[in-house]
Amino acid sequence: MHSNSYTFFYAAAITVITGVLLALASEGLRPAIEGNVALEKKKNILSSVLLRPEGRQEIESLYSGKIKGIVLDNGGNPIEENEPFGIVLKEELEKEPDERKLPLYIYSEDDGRKYYIVPMYGAGLWGPIWGYISLREDFNTIYGAYFDHKGETPGLGAEISSYEKFQQQFEGKKIFDTENNFISVRVVKKGIKTDFAGENKVDGISGGTITSNGTDKMIHTWLEQYVPYIKSRIQNTNPQ
Amino acid sequence: MSAEISTETGIPVKKEGLFSKNNIKVLNDPLDDINPITVQVLGICSALAVTTQVKPALIMAIGVTVVTAFSNLIISLIRNGIPSRIRMIVQLVVIATLVTMVDLILKAYVYDVSKKLSVFVGLIITNCIVMGRLEAYAMQAKPWPSFLDGIGNGIGYGIILIVVSVLREIFGSGTLLGYQVIPQSFYDAGYVNNGMMMLPPAALFLIGIYIWIQRGKNRKLINVS
Repeated sequence: MHSNSYTFFYAAAITVITGVLLALASEGLRPAIEGNVALEKKKNILSSVLLRPEGRQEIESLYSGKIKGIVLDNGGNPIEENEPFGIVLKEELEKEPDERKLPLYIYSEDDGRKYYIVPMYGAGLWGPIWGYISLREDFNTIYGAYFDHKGETPGLGAEISSYEKFQQQFEGKKIFDTENNFISVRVVKKGIKTDFAGENKVDGISGGTITSNGTDKMIHTWLEQYVPYIKSRIQNTNPQ
Repeated sequence: MSAEISTETGIPVKKEGLFSKNNIKVLNDPLDDINPITVQVLGICSALAVTTQVKPALIMAIGVTVVTAFSNLIISLIRNGIPSRIRMIVQLVVIATLVTMVDLILKAYVYDVSKKLSVFVGLIITNCIVMGRLEAYAMQAKPWPSFLDGIGNGIGYGIILIVVSVLREIFGSGTLLGYQVIPQSFYDAGYVNNGMMMLPPAALFLIGIYIWIQRGKNRKLINVS
C-alpha cells in the first residue's frame, strides 16, 4: 500500500502532466483546426449556390473571387462593419433582436447575376443545426440550400445534410405567397394536409420529425429577420 | 500470464519473442473466445448507436482500437507506481487524455471524418471495454502483451460493429458505405427499406443473433453447467 502523501503527490503530478500535454496539443493544433473550420464554412456557403468545390485552393479562390459579404441591422440597413465572416450566429441569436448583426453573403456570377445567401442556425434533436439558403435576385425564389448538423441521428435526422434526399427540394421554392406575405419555406411531414401552397413547402424527413421541425423553425426565424432588407430592396428595384 | 507474474517476484524467466504463442493468443482471443461485445457484453451502448451506417462504425472501431491499445500500454508502463486507492481515477485520466488527443488530431488533419463522428469520439471515454481491459489486463501485464491485448479487443469490438452496420445499412437504407447496393428495379417492384433497421433495437436483435450463431459454433462458449 502506498502512503497518503505518495498518493496525493501522484494525483497532482498526473493532473499536471496530462493538463500540460492537452494544453500543448490544443494550442499546437489550434491553427490547423481553425483553418479547417473556416474552410468548411466557406465550402458550406458555396454549397448553397450549388457549387461543390473540393480542396483548399479551389474553395479559397472561388470564395474570395465571387463572394462579398455585408452586415445588416435588424431594420435591414447595412452597417459599417462589413466583414460578416467572423460573426457567430449562435451569439447573435442570444442578443435582443434589435442588437443583432445579420450577415448576408452575395455571390456574383460572371454574367452579373447575383444570389443572396442567408445564413441560419438553430436546434435539431441532439444538437445544433445550421445552414445557408441562397435567394435569386427577385428575393423570393430559392436558388439553393445547404444544411448541416452537429450530431443528428444517422440515417434519420442527419439526412438534412443530404443533397439528394433533402436539400434539392428547396430549389425553386418561394418564401413569399402570391400576395407577398412572408411564409418562409415550411418543412412539413409528407402527406399531411397543410394550408401552405406547394411552392412554399418541402417534405420533412420521415423518422426525423424533430430535426425536420427544428429545420423548419430555423429557416423561418432567420429568413424573417431579413424581410425588412428584402422589402427595401424590392421597393428600390420596382418603384410603383 | 504466469510468466509475467514471476518477473515481478524477481524470478528470472525466459525472454519471450514479440509474437510468441502466448502473445498471439492475447491478440486472437478477443476476436472470438472472449469477444468484448458478444461474450463479455461490454460496449453495447456504442454498438447500438454508431452502427446505422458502415463508415462511422469503421472509424469508431479504429478509434477504440487506438485508444484501448495505447491506454493499455501507458497503464502497463506505469502500473507499479499507481497508488491502488486511486487507480481507477488514474486510468480514467489516461483514457480521457488519449481520447481528447485523438479528437484534436482528427479535427486538425481529417476534418471530414471528425465531423462524421462528432460526439461518438468523446464517448469512447465511457466505453466499458477500454477501462475493462485496463483493470483486467494492463494492471498486471507487461507493456507489449498489454498493447496487443488492446489491439485485439479493439478489433474484436470492431468486427461486431462492422457486421452489424453492414446488415443495418444494407437492409435499412439499401446502401453500403453510401453507395446504392439494392438496385432501383427492386424498389420499383415494391421492395421497401426496413425502417426498424435504422433504430437501435435492430442492433440488439442482430447482436443477439450473432451471439446465438457464435455459441452454436464455438464449443468453448457452451455452458457446461
